[in-house]
Amino acid sequence: MGATHLIADRVRGLGRLPRGNRSPRQPQTPADRRAELVLGALAAAVLLLIAGMVVFVIQKAWPSFSDNGLTWFGAKGEVDAQMTEIFNSPADPDNYVYSIGAWPLVYSTFLITGLAVICATGFSLLTAMFMVEFAPGWLQRRLEPVIRLLAAVPSVIYGLIGILVIVPFIGNHIVSDEMKESVRFVIQLDGTSLMVATLILTVMITPIMVAIIVDALRAVPKGWSDGALALGVNRWRALWTVSVRAARPAIVAAGVLASARALGEAIMLSMVSGSVGFAPNPLDGLTFFFEPSRPLAATIVDNADGLSVQPFGETLYAFAAVLLVSAGGLSFAGWFIRRRLRRFSLSPT
Amino acid sequence: MDDLTPPPVRRIILDNMPEPVVPPAATNGHGPVPEVVHEPAARNAVERMRTEDLSIAYGQKLAVNRVSIEVCAGEVLALIGPSGCGKTTLLRSLNRLIDQTPTVARSGRILLDGDDADFLDVTLLRRKVGMVFQQPNPFPMSIFDNIAYGLRERGSKRPGRKELEPRVAEALQRAGLWEEVKDNLSGPALRLSGGQQQRLCIARSLAVNPEVLLLDEPCSALDPISTAVIEELILRLRTQVAIVIVTHNLQQAQRVGDRVAFMYLGDLVEYGAAAQVFGAPQAMRTREYVSGAFG
Amino acid sequence: MSTVAELPPPSGPPAGPPATAFAEDPAFETAWRTRDRIGVAASWFCGLALIAVAAAILIYMLIQGIKFVNLDVLTEHPKSSLDQSKSGGFLDPIIGTFMLTVLGIAIAAPVGVGIAVWLTEYGRPAPLARAVESGIEIVAGTPSIVLAIFGLLVFSQGLFSALSFTAEGGAVFGRSFFTAGAMMSVIALPLVVGATREALLAIPVHVREASYALGKDKAATIRRVLLPAARSGIGTGASLGMGRIAGDTAIVVILLGASLRLEAENDVPILGNLRGTGSTLTSYVYNNSPVGEGNAPEKAYAAAFVLLLVVIALNFAIDLISRRRKTAWTT
Repeated sequence: MGATHLIADRVRGLGRLPRGNRSPRQPQTPADRRAELVLGALAAAVLLLIAGMVVFVIQKAWPSFSDNGLTWFGAKGEVDAQMTEIFNSPADPDNYVYSIGAWPLVYSTFLITGLAVICATGFSLLTAMFMVEFAPGWLQRRLEPVIRLLAAVPSVIYGLIGILVIVPFIGNHIVSDEMKESVRFVIQLDGTSLMVATLILTVMITPIMVAIIVDALRAVPKGWSDGALALGVNRWRALWTVSVRAARPAIVAAGVLASARALGEAIMLSMVSGSVGFAPNPLDGLTFFFEPSRPLAATIVDNADGLSVQPFGETLYAFAAVLLVSAGGLSFAGWFIRRRLRRFSLSPT
Repeated sequence: MDDLTPPPVRRIILDNMPEPVVPPAATNGHGPVPEVVHEPAARNAVERMRTEDLSIAYGQKLAVNRVSIEVCAGEVLALIGPSGCGKTTLLRSLNRLIDQTPTVARSGRILLDGDDADFLDVTLLRRKVGMVFQQPNPFPMSIFDNIAYGLRERGSKRPGRKELEPRVAEALQRAGLWEEVKDNLSGPALRLSGGQQQRLCIARSLAVNPEVLLLDEPCSALDPISTAVIEELILRLRTQVAIVIVTHNLQQAQRVGDRVAFMYLGDLVEYGAAAQVFGAPQAMRTREYVSGAFG
Repeated sequence: MSTVAELPPPSGPPAGPPATAFAEDPAFETAWRTRDRIGVAASWFCGLALIAVAAAILIYMLIQGIKFVNLDVLTEHPKSSLDQSKSGGFLDPIIGTFMLTVLGIAIAAPVGVGIAVWLTEYGRPAPLARAVESGIEIVAGTPSIVLAIFGLLVFSQGLFSALSFTAEGGAVFGRSFFTAGAMMSVIALPLVVGATREALLAIPVHVREASYALGKDKAATIRRVLLPAARSGIGTGASLGMGRIAGDTAIVVILLGASLRLEAENDVPILGNLRGTGSTLTSYVYNNSPVGEGNAPEKAYAAAFVLLLVVIALNFAIDLISRRRKTAWTT
């Protein structure tokens, strides 16, 4: 399935090199040694790149963290106002203003990512089960290109349709005047909202998850599914209790991969999630879903012009550092969970 | 003088050209169908399943050609024949597992206790007709969960652990595995040895109390000792469930079979009591197979 | 010589009818619980919903595209006028997308193939190989916005002033086709590495052994035997990479400078453009949407439609390449 098939392969083979097909040892000729050195240097350059990225970004972001301490993550009032303050800080390095409480941005990031991944996991699992078991043959064949296509659509097009079609629809027809009234003094509801952001992000990350889960369901040994059916269990039950259960590590891996993608989504979210650093308030009831916000990645894109202006740039790099550490932490968590789930199963994930 | 030209080609001319062979139609390309020798079931056997003129084809290829056999309670029916003769296909059609294959087409009837199996709910059929596969396939769960699986995943409310424990114990006892695993029921099933796993699969099938048990070459992946244990288990179980066993091992068929059906390339060649099929086979092909002339 | 070993004594009760009768089992009637039926219905719903969403996106973009795309818009340069929606086309963004894709894949393809070859054919010491594999994973999972601002950080150093514009005060601008292309190659790298590795691993060992038996060393084997055989895999990886590059916006917004038209840095024909700034279809769409400055949705739709066509064409190419891939290695 194109890129999605490659991603599924990555998930299966993460961290392990298969032993079988590697070249047998050969006496080293000078050409061999040169080739090995050059290619090895290229490979090591990847590690250098990552190390450099981590070091450079954190180094650049450090002043912002050290100035605020842990309150960097707290809520200190209007985060947009704070950012304007930082932007307008005097040119003298000793008098740089760093004070920021980025909680609304962090909260928005994890809220949108979390909701989208939860929705996408359920949606993708059901779609994958449909594709593997219940879809008639002709429909099964049609669905694979559909998934590939959805995965290939650039995020800016999702954002465009979002902001030109869905946001006005929500703003004019779904959000009622009472809702707008109820939060009038705090925030303006114009359609750019948590709901639209979550919805479109779910659609964006579903294809990746579906590809991985379908691969995993198809890789479940036929003996298990045959055995379950032969016991007189109906197709849904057999699929759910045996195949889906065996595919749990892959579902987790898909969720982690999708989370990393959702975390880093900047362009689409900057178009539809709202342009204010507001923390949506769950106590508002249903209005909660229609409140705007702005996750970290979108904040960086929106304020990209200020990257060369210190200390504003350093604050933006601090946002990026949080994203970097989160994405890395997600990968590690996924790897760890998959190891734990591998106890009972024989499947290669 | 050196003659560098190649020697002239000699042509062999026959006086009588042999007649071209015209294969008879609709018999998979092999010779005319030998007579089917069919012995009716013994008077006192209760018939559990029956096939009537069952034919199964994969696309264009006919795998089973108009086979009619009976499966009776209290006895073991052994299906023997060389590879590709259709015995596994026939076995898989008895619990309609063959329907999972996309290109398959079936004609003829399969009857379970007199009811046409095609009109029964397939899950109902499979609860009455259990199956054990060639490769032991315990689920990646604990031993207890494996046996309890068929009992839990039914239509109605899931029975609690208290209700399941006696039934799991009983199934394990019937399969002869109880003594070996009773202290470790929550251990992973995949850590058992091959023979134990196969007995676990048998216990799993027995837990739902089937009338008929289908065994698809159950010992082919096992060592001789495990094989002997399972054969002895089969002999014990046959009074409780009707058993159909597919095997390519003639000695095994002789050891466990009460009735034997010999199939060749999709046709049922001979069907009768084991003593008769092995001792005094009536069809020539049976004689050749049983004596090892081909296989 | 040992005789047949003693069979373990039979365990369990002697033969007899099973203790629990089954015909009275009340669980017998229903095979399908309501929850199961809901599950099947839900999976049908999700499958059809996904198709509906994809169809809606495609059809909507098609409609808007046909409405707004015409020959002028594709061949004219963008004009900087106050009313963007009435004037000019987006030829420069199209050229920009093309230039960036070519530049990005030109860097990513050789590097990616080299890394893949090293991972499959050499790969010593093993901890390094594992680390590199994990490294490729990490790069694949890094958000492109983070890569973009990291790129800005790096290329703003004086060391890389040759790659972009340097202002009078000595500040390196750091934004140009070169710098954007470099970071684009980073996001395309994991796709190339993955596809090439897969293709190389699919070549059975006996092919390599045959080459060694003929006296060729490993480097020659790789060059003459393995890489040609892995051609379609490399092609697939490169196409996937190009698709990813063509669709990325974050790196363009940060690293390409915000000029609507291609602004060359000096008069050297190609190098000048590469050192200069410009825009791509993705940044053009972004800027002409309500979020950017242009606020010309017609242009945005038109450019988005062209972008979608490019992506679909690349997808199609990937399909073609991977379908031809079925090399038989055994007879």
